[in-house]
Amino acid sequence: MELDLKKINLREVNEKLQNLDRKQNQRDFSIINPEGNHAICAGLTEEMNVNIKGHVGYYCAGMNQKANITIDGNVGTGVAENMMSGKVHVKGNASQSAGATAHGGLLVIDGDASSRCGISMKGVDIIVKGSVGHMSGFMSQSGNLIVCGDAGEALGDSLYETNIYIRGKVKSLGADCIEKKMDKKHIKKLSKFLKVANIKNLKAESFKRYGSARKLYNFKVDNIGNY
Amino acid sequence: MCGIVGIYLKSEKFESSLGKMLSDMLVNMGSRGPDSAGFAIYKKEEDGEYKYSLCLNNLSFEKFKNELQNKFSFSDIEENSDHVIVKSKDNPKKVLEIITRVFKEVSIVGYGKSIEIFKQVGEPKNVVKKFNLESFSGTHGIGHTRMATESAITTDGSHPYSTGEDECLVHNGSLSNHNNLRRKLKKNGINFNSENDTEVAAGYISNNLSSKKTLKETLKKGLNDLDGFYTFITGTRKGFAVLRDEIGCKPAVIAETDDYVAIASEFQAMAHLPNVNSAKIFEPEPGIVYSWGN
Repeated sequence: MELDLKKINLREVNEKLQNLDRKQNQRDFSIINPEGNHAICAGLTEEMNVNIKGHVGYYCAGMNQKANITIDGNVGTGVAENMMSGKVHVKGNASQSAGATAHGGLLVIDGDASSRCGISMKGVDIIVKGSVGHMSGFMSQSGNLIVCGDAGEALGDSLYETNIYIRGKVKSLGADCIEKKMDKKHIKKLSKFLKVANIKNLKAESFKRYGSARKLYNFKVDNIGNY
Repeated sequence: MCGIVGIYLKSEKFESSLGKMLSDMLVNMGSRGPDSAGFAIYKKEEDGEYKYSLCLNNLSFEKFKNELQNKFSFSDIEENSDHVIVKSKDNPKKVLEIITRVFKEVSIVGYGKSIEIFKQVGEPKNVVKKFNLESFSGTHGIGHTRMATESAITTDGSHPYSTGEDECLVHNGSLSNHNNLRRKLKKNGINFNSENDTEVAAGYISNNLSSKKTLKETLKKGLNDLDGFYTFITGTRKGFAVLRDEIGCKPAVIAETDDYVAIASEFQAMAHLPNVNSAKIFEPEPGIVYSWGN
């Protein structure tokens, strides 16, 4: 079913998708003329396929559960923020805070993502085929952040237990973020992700793994004088 | 919050529709800044002539026109709502001095060989209508919709700010060291008409440009001297430049085609531009100066 944002207003489109009529066997939608509108496909909770044809604004596919949403264009700030499950695929570039605070699901970005990609992520898996901007993975807690290109300044600053895999150059590491050894299990896991994102030309072995030194978030009695 | 927009035309194709393009962008950015709006349009230079963009405030046009006779020689005076554009071949220093001295209630919005600036309080859609922005043609233009934070909602508190010949600046963000900087710049002879932080940044740019620095050098230097959050679009006679602070919290998106470069706070402001879907669309990286035509 085609939903034209030039003819139907955004709120109606979102309401229709948020309250899917289960009696009708309609689970494939395409949205045309998004024209940079904000919060398109926010708050979907059912299994369905939505294909957005064009560039979108802020918070596209926010809070997504179960839905499979593809954006055939660029996305603004906070794509798939607080996603719980499902899949969001951006075919263009993403602005800042992609996948922010997301608990689950898969976010694939074919282009670049700008600053703070995966900020405070809590379990989502994010695969960026291009590069990410500064402070990506900031305070990230769980999940996997995979970047096929480069990473900007202060990667993984103050992170907890997120695994970060970067293939290109890292401009600098943030506080408490260190490079870690790639074991067989990591290569196996990463290979799976590359397969999921249909990345055939890159080998998991060519990535470097980063994670927390675990010195910042555990209370250390030696530091008592600093409090 | 505030919304900023700009278009630089690479070819002559859209010169007659520049005003319409900019107007649509400003109206769309009304959601980011409902308090006031303003725009600067750069037109082709007319031989040796200077244009003065003035806001008459409460002074009537007739009275202003009558009193202006004999003060200095002007070739044309054009009324547009509460603004006027005065054209003159006289020395700009002399003209500006006379206007400041004789017409206390008139605000000088800007001057130069190419620039025309209009700004006023009110919703952007009403402001662009009032000045009939859609009818303007030109080579490039910059606009701003304001959500006031730093100073009062007045004409003087609206953007764009122009503190030098054919220069202007619009800003989304806020500066924290503008009072110190204002004091320093005043010593260098830069005049300020408001308490606004952006006017200080505009003065900072003018001050550096007048000491023979290029726009790119000036903005690079600004990364160290201007403390705060900002996305700037700064216009000159030949083009414009874009700079975001290194933290990069304030948004900007650029769309470039063979015919134009457009910049806006949000993509939706550009969604109606011709062929935008085949444009190269990207986010300017923080701390990097992007410029066209300069």
